Amino acid sequence: MSGTGAFMGFVHRRRGGAELFLLVLALAVGVGAYIAVGLGRDGTVPANTVAYAAWLAGLVIAAHVAIRLSAPYADPVLLPVVSALNGLGLAMIHRIDLAQGSSLATSQLTWTTLGVALFIAVLVLLRDHRRLQAFTYTSGLAAVVLLLLPLVPGLGKNINGARIWIHLFGFSFQPGEVAKVLLVIAFAGYLVVHRDALALAGRRLLFIDFPRGRDLGPILGMWLISLGVLVFQNDLGTSLLYFGLFVVMLYVATERPGWLVVGGGLFAAGAVFGYLALGHVQTRVADWIDPFPHNGEGPSQLVSGLYGMGWGGLTGRGLGQGSPYLTPLSWSDFIFSSIGEELGLTGAMAVIILYGLIVERSLRTALVCRDGFGKLVAAGLGVVFALQVFVVIGGVTRLIPLTGLTTPFLSHGGSSLVANWAIIGLLLRISDHARRPPPELLPGDGDVDKTQVVSLR
Amino acid sequence: MNRPIRNLSVFCLLLFLALLLNTTYLQYWQGEKLSSLSAHPDNRRVRDHQFSQQRGAILVRGKAIAESVPSKDAYKYQRVYSQGPMYAAITGFYSRDYGVGGIEASQNGVLAGTDSRLFVNRVIDMFGNNTPKGGNITLTINPRAQRAAYAGLTALGPNVKGAVVALDPSTGRVLALVSTPTYNPNKVASHDFAAARTYKQSLGIDSNSALNNRAIEEVLPPGSTFKVVTSAAAMDKKGLRSDSLVPGGASLDLPQTTRVLRNESGGSCGGTKITLLDALRVSCNVAYGWLGMKIGQAPLETTGGGFGFGQRYFTDLDDATTRQAISRIASPGVRLDEPQQAFTGIGQFDVRATPMQMAMVAAGIANGGTVYRPYLVDQVQAPDLAVLWQAQREQLHTNVISPGVAKDLTDMMVAVVDRGTGTAARIPGVRVAGKTGTAQSAPNRPPYAWFVAFAPADTPKVAVAVLVQDAGVDRNAISGNGLAAPIARAVMEAVIR
Repeated sequence: MSGTGAFMGFVHRRRGGAELFLLVLALAVGVGAYIAVGLGRDGTVPANTVAYAAWLAGLVIAAHVAIRLSAPYADPVLLPVVSALNGLGLAMIHRIDLAQGSSLATSQLTWTTLGVALFIAVLVLLRDHRRLQAFTYTSGLAAVVLLLLPLVPGLGKNINGARIWIHLFGFSFQPGEVAKVLLVIAFAGYLVVHRDALALAGRRLLFIDFPRGRDLGPILGMWLISLGVLVFQNDLGTSLLYFGLFVVMLYVATERPGWLVVGGGLFAAGAVFGYLALGHVQTRVADWIDPFPHNGEGPSQLVSGLYGMGWGGLTGRGLGQGSPYLTPLSWSDFIFSSIGEELGLTGAMAVIILYGLIVERSLRTALVCRDGFGKLVAAGLGVVFALQVFVVIGGVTRLIPLTGLTTPFLSHGGSSLVANWAIIGLLLRISDHARRPPPELLPGDGDVDKTQVVSLR
Repeated sequence: MNRPIRNLSVFCLLLFLALLLNTTYLQYWQGEKLSSLSAHPDNRRVRDHQFSQQRGAILVRGKAIAESVPSKDAYKYQRVYSQGPMYAAITGFYSRDYGVGGIEASQNGVLAGTDSRLFVNRVIDMFGNNTPKGGNITLTINPRAQRAAYAGLTALGPNVKGAVVALDPSTGRVLALVSTPTYNPNKVASHDFAAARTYKQSLGIDSNSALNNRAIEEVLPPGSTFKVVTSAAAMDKKGLRSDSLVPGGASLDLPQTTRVLRNESGGSCGGTKITLLDALRVSCNVAYGWLGMKIGQAPLETTGGGFGFGQRYFTDLDDATTRQAISRIASPGVRLDEPQQAFTGIGQFDVRATPMQMAMVAAGIANGGTVYRPYLVDQVQAPDLAVLWQAQREQLHTNVISPGVAKDLTDMMVAVVDRGTGTAARIPGVRVAGKTGTAQSAPNRPPYAWFVAFAPADTPKVAVAVLVQDAGVDRNAISGNGLAAPIARAVMEAVIR
């Protein structure tokens, strides 16, 4: 681990107090947004504000206590940031519920509770993230099975054109969200073992060492899986996410930029293939280049979202005072446009920066982590987060063609929420491990023959 | 592995930077454009927002003909047109689903309160935490003239196609503007959107639609009323006088063809040579066919252009579907041969004019050869009725004809009303100048009845053009004097008395 030495002189402290303070702010965001929705729409504070605030506070405190007890050195920023995002998402979904008479917020709150429970379970049950390395191939296999599940007839479900859902016992579930976490673990476990072989240089071209031809197997395999997701499940975003994740982790593990070139080339090939062979990819690209309706049709979903954000302007219409519900899926895929409309550019930027903080914190965790597996997992989770946020927010703001992905912690959707809370749990576990002061050597009494006693705490 | 992670951090930073920049571009720089209804008429957010605002009123002599009154539904304000059908061609409508029309469209900025002239009011409203209100528009319309014009046209029958335009010759103020069949803008503006939809669809979109503003949007052959323009060109450009002799026989041989041009009556106009005054008085086709050829295309177009032919000068009613149609003497770039010039001289062949244009001709003669640009918006007022902008008269063309010619021509037109074809326009005690027209359209369609006039002939206060396109009466009963002149007289009386 080349750079670890730089951190040796710095000893991380427990930052429980700072986390608690930030959590109070995060709670203020969540509960404040909820109250603002009531004030903006009806001019009154919602009747159940106290119960709602108590529930959120209970969740947050439970998570905080779990961190204090089982991961005291963990990063103090991550939990407050995701709490704020989750609370804001809940308020926004509640606001759209009020407009269209649905009860999505209730289920979202249930899923949040489950997500926090899983978060605590990850922290409590997984005392050392390195144990996950033992499940490299198991989780890889599980991820592939989960990816294939939506294709099983009778179980899979086609929603909005993408076959990425399974339907079981009255619940809809997106297994891809969970597969994401499992894939990160599988990639990390695999790469940390095979990194030396994969790092062997092959041909050198234009200052870049390209990998050996025989090492191309894994990346080609991942490429095919991603293409499979694109072709059979019609899911452009997920496909891009998985492949990008693998390439980036390969690069981190081998430190060979050549892999990025190979990956980029394969991505380009896949994108061209997808564009030429798949009608819905062409539609997405065409809608991206020229989204505005001609000949008097109504605005498309993307355009409606853009109108919302334009209407929101610098400071937004105010929570409960815009019309985000005019956009289809304003509570899930397009929740970012809803926030842009009601909280304005200010709120939208705040959300983007919160996401940026999550990514920055996970990459920092990867930097200070002492073991290769932990580094790869943390970096992988950070990157998967960054890519997902970029693809979905870039999509709804017309930076890139629109692809269906959930907005982490904001979108309505149980699978995404639960999986993302698990990701944060995992990150905090690695972070705690990474920031824990290194075991100190007890001052010996001069007896060199005596075995040294190493303190573990 | 730390170097790639650091590189990765920079990469992620760039991704997020791109998101931040793009969102800023979208919400800050593009926000205004995305929220502009003219660029994106399908933007429901803006439309609903504007629809639920207290819009300014459209006023005629201090009385609102369109105003927003509070309503109890989600849209807060209902647009009400107190005399909807009578003013529909002017006010237009204000609907949620079908946009806006007429003054509602052309003055939308003022009425919605977004116009720059209302900036100070907006700022005050913002600091006073008041909901912003739109400004008011005051029209130049004379309500009595408008009522007379509307009553005259509707008295001919419920679905009569016709139009009336009355102008103040010395300023260009539009005193009356009616187009029938009309519609009820209240029904289009209704918050019962299903009913509004049904009603709007029943109006249709073709040339028979009630949404068509026949006063400005449709050009038709002006027929014999165009002889006034021919006379003006002959006198101003060719030096003829009202007592100059012109051919008045039963027919005119047309060169280059075997065809002859005959009079409407079939007989002569009262002799082989008659005076120009008599030629106009009896609307002599032979005389004006001869004049058409004698004047030639270019001088006729010069004089016609002075009155406004070939130009677009009236924009007060511009909306998404309405534009003032451009009247013409001949199609642009077309050189007329002599027979065609003859037919042009009597207002046939390819001569096309709007009622607005024919009113301009009357106004130009009445005003001694100076033509003012017609306008409909008199004042822009703040919500507190303070005048923010006052329209000024604007000369469109000067010396279209010399004052002497104008005076001679006025005398000739007075003769038309006194003892010629336009006797139905006589007003006791007032000298009225006028000219009838009965324009052939197609053999299977009834002719159009026209009448242009101004009064009092010596100190003109009103110039008017009336078109009755299809009154559903017997072919023989259609004449400018029979159908159109009484309406013109009523409008002029309403202004003068």
